[in-house]
Amino acid sequence: MARDNTGGRTLASRFLGYSVLIFFALVFLYPFVIQIGNSFKTEPDAAANPLSPIPDPISTGGYERVFIDTDLPLWLGNSLVITIVVTLGRLLLDSMAGYALARLRFRGRAGLFSAILAIMAVPGVVLFIPKFLVLNQVGIYNSYTALILPVIVDAAGVFIMKQFFESIPVSVEEAARIDGAGVFRTFWSVVLPMARPALITLTIISFQGTWNEFPHSLVAVQNPALFTLPRGLADLVSGSLGVGTQYPLKLGAALLATIPVAVIFVIFQRYFVRGANEGSDKG
Amino acid sequence: MAVAASRRGISSRARENLAGWLFVAPVVVILSVFMLLPILMALWVSMTDWNGQGSPFKASVPFVGAENYTRLFTEDGLTRQDFMTSLRNNVYYVIIVVPCQTLLALGLAMIVNNRLLRGKSFFRAAFFFPSVTSSVAISVVFLFVFANSGAVNSLLSVFGIDGPQWFSDSRGTLHLLLSGLGLVDVDAPPAALLATGPFGLSWWDWLSGPSVAMTTIIMLVVWTTSGTFMLMFLAALQDIPVTLEEAAKLDGAGNRGVFRYVTLPMLKPTLFLVLTLGLISTWQVFDQIYVMSQGNPAKTTLTPAFLSYQTAFRSFEYGSGTAISFVLFAIIVVLTLIQRWVMRDRKV
Repeated sequence: MARDNTGGRTLASRFLGYSVLIFFALVFLYPFVIQIGNSFKTEPDAAANPLSPIPDPISTGGYERVFIDTDLPLWLGNSLVITIVVTLGRLLLDSMAGYALARLRFRGRAGLFSAILAIMAVPGVVLFIPKFLVLNQVGIYNSYTALILPVIVDAAGVFIMKQFFESIPVSVEEAARIDGAGVFRTFWSVVLPMARPALITLTIISFQGTWNEFPHSLVAVQNPALFTLPRGLADLVSGSLGVGTQYPLKLGAALLATIPVAVIFVIFQRYFVRGANEGSDKG
Repeated sequence: MAVAASRRGISSRARENLAGWLFVAPVVVILSVFMLLPILMALWVSMTDWNGQGSPFKASVPFVGAENYTRLFTEDGLTRQDFMTSLRNNVYYVIIVVPCQTLLALGLAMIVNNRLLRGKSFFRAAFFFPSVTSSVAISVVFLFVFANSGAVNSLLSVFGIDGPQWFSDSRGTLHLLLSGLGLVDVDAPPAALLATGPFGLSWWDWLSGPSVAMTTIIMLVVWTTSGTFMLMFLAALQDIPVTLEEAAKLDGAGNRGVFRYVTLPMLKPTLFLVLTLGLISTWQVFDQIYVMSQGNPAKTTLTPAFLSYQTAFRSFEYGSGTAISFVLFAIIVVLTLIQRWVMRDRKV
């Protein structure tokens, strides 16, 4: 009798648990379903049945117009180039600095590490105008350099790599050193190959961060030929389109901006999870 | 021999010293030029009336001292009024977003962590996914979802509710609540509250609550940030030894007791971390404002971050805009220090 009672209670709490989970899964995912559905609708259909995920009739007009009437292909190309260059740069430079901070004994190491921690704590939003000032003063405002160079290293990435290098045993490196390998050679052919998991995490974080980056492009460039996807998208929404709400077009463009990160998310989910929790360690 | 060994020792140490600095050199140079130097330059600009033409370091740029700062607090005028309005908006935004995202994240983590349920990894991914998408792209989706003839209003109409015109509704929700309770009349607010108030805003304006338009941005941000914080809580929950909870149950604690006396104390460090990160990031809200409202309607979604951008890049008052961003910096630093202090107090 007692057992029945607890069994019933477990069943009830399980039912309740699933209901809550499914409710929130709908809350968190249905906007994306709406986005996909409506991007394939005609404009009157999207205005009349915004809640329905099924387009009637199906129309690819929004997407055609995205590619014909907007500069989306250009933004896509810019975003791709910038994301790849920045990610490669961060992989090399962050891991070099992280390695030096973890392993090499050089004067001023402790002070430098504190400085990097301090820089990580500077709120990014405070740097909008300062960044513009320096880009303007140095004479690289409105260029690919302005979009790439200031973000090609990041303090958080250095921190992640340092933490990782401290966690692996030092014996392998010592063996390489005794065999006569120099510092850079040891780093390049012994240490980096061991750092694969941390490098993948860094790649994911950096790809996602750079692909989605908006305010930096806002203060670094003005020339529409240099717009990245988020910048172009923001421009599109703030009315460069002219007449009508044109939601199917906007939703389609936003979807195209989301797809690359979504694909990577599905494939590398556990690295995203690790990245989020590594972010929590630095706090 | 001893001399030779020590000389070799010195040279290898010197080599390591050099290698160390070479390895960190790119990071040091770039962070100095694009983080440290800009802050110093901006400190100077915040004390000038530079209008964006030419270099801010020319002698012809008027130096105004602390005026850009004092104008934000002491001088009666549009600058102070806008700044105080943005502070008010951001304060309401923070005190709603931070508790909501923390509670939602904790709740979701507890349910996902439930050992009896299956499909954990799917639900975890579903809740986390919005956090990894582009803030601009997701703002576009929410513009559609909350449009006048959008998904939310058509959902509300199913229940017979006439939804508001979300993005053009500047009415304060606290005002609406008070008038809903019959305490005040929105069209004829109490004269006592209208007549006076600190820093150039009337008490009535200070007590507006977030506007209806702002609530859409609040909902968007809670929705996108909860996933990340849920992961942090989840990691902490999985670190709690099962034996601890079982021991508590053997001692006769109910589910609520276990949560109150075992789970919650173990989660305290994560809870403080989430609150700190939440507090820091909510004072920096920018992307969503830029895409969804640009500070409108009636300046009720204006925040210090957006105001500083607007003042510098739209009105070309770089000095004033920079001063606003430094005040914002100070606010964030002070709040972080307070929270650190509270944390340290709890730990001892």
